[in-house]
Amino acid sequence: MKNTLAIGLGVALALSGTVNAGTTLDGVKGKGFVQCGVSTGIPGFSSADDKGKFTGIDVDMCRAVAAAIFGDAEKVKYSPLTAKERFTALQSGEVDMLPRNTTWTYTRDSSLGLNFTGVNYYDGQGFLVTKKLGVKSALEMDGAAFCIQAGTTTELNLADYFRANKMSYTPITFDTSDQTIKAFEAGRCDALTSDQSQLYALRIKLSDPNSAMVLPEVISKEPLGPVVRQGDDEWFNIVKWSLFAMVNAEELGVTSANVDEMKASSTDPNVRRLLGIEGVKGEWMGIPDDWGYNIVKQVGNYGEAFERNVGMGSALGISRGLNALWSKGGLQYAPPIR
Amino acid sequence: MAAEHTPQSSTSKVPLWRLPAFRAILFQVLLVLGILAFGNFLLSNTLQNMEQRGITTGFGFLDNAAGFGILQSLIPFDETDSYGRTFIVGLLNTLLVAALGILFATFLGFFIGVARLSKNWLVARLATVYIETFRNIPLLLQIMFWYFAVLRPLPRPRQSLSVGDSIFLNNRGLFIPRPVAEDGFGLVLAALLLAVIGSILLVRWAHRRQEATGQQFPGGLVSLAAIIGLPLATYWLSGSPLHWDYPVLGGFNFSGGLEVIPELAALVLALSIYTAAFIAEAVRSGIQAVSHGQTEAAYALGLRPRLTLKLVIIPQAMRVIIPQLTSQYLNLTKNSSLATAIGYPDLVNVFAGTTLNQTGQAVEVIAMTMGVYLFISLVISTFMNWYNKRKQLIER
Amino acid sequence: MTTHTPHPDLPPPSTSVGVIGWLRANLFSSWANSLLTLAAAYLLYLTIPPLIDWSLIKADWVGETRDACDSGGACWVFVSVRLNQFMYGLYPESEYWRINLAAVLLVLLMIPLFIKRFRAKLWLGLFILFGYPVIAFYLFSGGVFGLEYVETSRWGGLTLTLVLSSVGMAASLPLGILLALGRRSTMPIVKALSVVFIEFWRGVPLITVLFMSSVMLPLFLPEGTHFDKLLRAMIGIALFQSAYMAEVVRGGLQAIPKGQYEAAQALGLSYWKSMSLIILPQALKLVIPGIVNTFIALFKDTTLVLIIGLFDMLAMIQAALADPNWLGYAIEGLLFAAFVYWIFCFGMSRYSLALERKLNTGHAR
Repeated sequence: MKNTLAIGLGVALALSGTVNAGTTLDGVKGKGFVQCGVSTGIPGFSSADDKGKFTGIDVDMCRAVAAAIFGDAEKVKYSPLTAKERFTALQSGEVDMLPRNTTWTYTRDSSLGLNFTGVNYYDGQGFLVTKKLGVKSALEMDGAAFCIQAGTTTELNLADYFRANKMSYTPITFDTSDQTIKAFEAGRCDALTSDQSQLYALRIKLSDPNSAMVLPEVISKEPLGPVVRQGDDEWFNIVKWSLFAMVNAEELGVTSANVDEMKASSTDPNVRRLLGIEGVKGEWMGIPDDWGYNIVKQVGNYGEAFERNVGMGSALGISRGLNALWSKGGLQYAPPIR
Repeated sequence: MAAEHTPQSSTSKVPLWRLPAFRAILFQVLLVLGILAFGNFLLSNTLQNMEQRGITTGFGFLDNAAGFGILQSLIPFDETDSYGRTFIVGLLNTLLVAALGILFATFLGFFIGVARLSKNWLVARLATVYIETFRNIPLLLQIMFWYFAVLRPLPRPRQSLSVGDSIFLNNRGLFIPRPVAEDGFGLVLAALLLAVIGSILLVRWAHRRQEATGQQFPGGLVSLAAIIGLPLATYWLSGSPLHWDYPVLGGFNFSGGLEVIPELAALVLALSIYTAAFIAEAVRSGIQAVSHGQTEAAYALGLRPRLTLKLVIIPQAMRVIIPQLTSQYLNLTKNSSLATAIGYPDLVNVFAGTTLNQTGQAVEVIAMTMGVYLFISLVISTFMNWYNKRKQLIER
Repeated sequence: MTTHTPHPDLPPPSTSVGVIGWLRANLFSSWANSLLTLAAAYLLYLTIPPLIDWSLIKADWVGETRDACDSGGACWVFVSVRLNQFMYGLYPESEYWRINLAAVLLVLLMIPLFIKRFRAKLWLGLFILFGYPVIAFYLFSGGVFGLEYVETSRWGGLTLTLVLSSVGMAASLPLGILLALGRRSTMPIVKALSVVFIEFWRGVPLITVLFMSSVMLPLFLPEGTHFDKLLRAMIGIALFQSAYMAEVVRGGLQAIPKGQYEAAQALGLSYWKSMSLIILPQALKLVIPGIVNTFIALFKDTTLVLIIGLFDMLAMIQAALADPNWLGYAIEGLLFAAFVYWIFCFGMSRYSLALERKLNTGHAR
């Protein structure tokens, strides 16, 4: 028995990490990586390739935070979470941050013990239908069956939309987005409804992406952003300003390609503050002064992250639209670093 | 010499801590203290964590409006109903699957179990293959197989398979006509009730008469005739107060009629086929537990094979079968929670899934869910224990 | 006086011996029986030839892409292309040898158990149960002796299934024995606690247990405690199955006659000594089939971890089914999984039968 116990304890200790009662930042520094809750596979936002390497615009948020803290964007571990698991996992401390295309709503912000740190993607809910169905508008879909992912705002919006338009519908709810698209492909439902960005992401998972189309209606506002636990302002600030730094970098024209040059020669005080050369201190948030430089150098600015993962150059082919900088007609606007 | 051997009172010499009784008490006290400390540790952590992170607690959320739709509901439900009602909807869906599963699994299981013992070599072999195949494959896999591999490839609504113009099968489900009662249908139900009560009384009377006089009365046949005949006659006399609501192909799918969604079908299919394999084994072991001497004795008394089976073998075999049957029913009920893998709206999927997610109150929701399953388990096992006792009393 | 010499026996009629006799006795003994036989044969005729045709004769076995599957039969190419992922999950390809090494090591360690003349079977068994997992753990996760560190989230496929089930078995057996002893204890509090513990775990579905252990456990622990997700799933499975194991073992304990307990006491053996030397060896032998059945149930139950996002073999297959390049091969993927699980479970049940027969010979009652 003693033998068992000793070995059991040994394995348990080897598997379990550090134990500390401090802040999230101390915890992250102690274990040496950021534990990041991502989706179980939404191309462009967070998905693993067949080698297990994660990419996506949400994944880049994790990498930015790791770059800010450690100066190394690779010090991240990912926990793929279903929509159902995600809040419990964050609340319980299973993950340190949750950039998992999560919609910012009043309930979630105020009653779940969570804080939204900003918006890294402005989205809205839409419908994906097969072209064969011949439907041109969601208003023609009275009585149709819809595939939805469980535990999302999508479920609620769909109910609201049909109630407001006095139409009936059948919800068919699955745990993962993979299951919804498979059910849609098999014809279990007439339409798939989700955030528009996801519809494009899921459409490329069809055997013939051209057989389906996204309807023009957008029935809701879906501001997606990284979430952290409530009650740790320091950590909240780090995640929030990691995003702001990326947006500011785009606005200032700093990219991963020219950041070294800028650091050496730029005289623009805005750029110099962003890159931590003068004026502001990283230690106000408990991280190195050159945090902004590390983010831009290793992850890139917001525009780069967008283009690489979801933009016209990527498989998803989404235009900037609402996600363009405020100065270019979009909504992306970050407070200044000063 | 003798004085040296005076037995000493054991309590004075043996130290207190070596007394078994004392050690038992000490051990139990320590155990209780340890468990209390551990429970307190967990509870205080939970409370502290929830407090610190500003997570809402309490059951107030049950009154809030749910705001989402549910695929299948046995009671009226729409988006304006409360989270509390989603709990009921999910629970009823779980009970529906469990009840259907138990029904089919029992029939199939008894059939296979008897076939396993058949004197016909081919039939016995087939039953063995069935049992060894289905009980050695994980249930989750079987559910997925029926759902993804068998029901998914069915045709779309417009190309539905149909029987006549009333039964349709497509990948949205099975659509059959639904009986709709009109005024006067209550009479038919009343007639049915009357026939059932009458039959029970008749069978009891026949039983008593046989014990008293030895004369047999074909109670079973008469009852069957009454249960079928009486309501039918009433139905015909009261002018057929029933019409059928046929499914009709609408814009996207069939509407009207009775709809069996594929998720339900796959789940019931997988649960009953899987559990039937275990029930068959229970039936086989039960029948084999009755020694052959019993059969021979019954034959020696002049009982015909059918009566031997009915009066000698089955009552004894049931004593072995019922406890095993109980645990299989319990397993089936708990296994129905795998519904969540294919999106059937059972308790785990609706309540511990969507509701948990919309409210974020994991501790309360999971506690309620586990509580329900515990309760169902306790009820089924209590009922089965009662039934078991009753069966055994009749024996002697 | 005529001596009566019995006439030598006539040979039995040709219809009651040989193939015909066997057929008559087993298939066509009565008209009802003949009807059953014909019906069963027709059923077989309907199902077996098309199945063989689809799965073997017309099937496609070699190739790299779905274009290789054009013959209309089963597309086993889908399985063979993905086989590595089904076996090893997302484990780095260059490190597969570590898993293979662990598997070979296990087989080598197990061989002496089947050799009759090998003496130290008990010690070897204990080593396999408790020592080997440590070696395997360090082989899999690395981080020592210059092995590359592989985090547990990348363990997957059949490897993960086997890891989960073997850890579950090694942990649930001792725990189950303790619980069973607790339930039979004369100490009322110990007994009550054991009963509550056992009935609780037996009353709730495993899926809620796994959900609790995967997302809610950190809520119960001091802030910042970090626990591996795989380890939590293992704890959940082990606790759950230990309750079932306890009931099986209790059955064995109840079957031991009271005289054995009394004899052990009369010899002056302490409680633990009488249990471990007298009672348990007999009781456990009696319930070997039950224990193996619990192991089989545990093995099948590991598939549920896919619902909490661990990638066991079934989860890997499901993920592969979502690949747009290979849509529509659900039957092949699921049949392959069913076949693998079946081999393991059926093997275990046959092994238990053999073991039961072997151990029973000396004590046939």
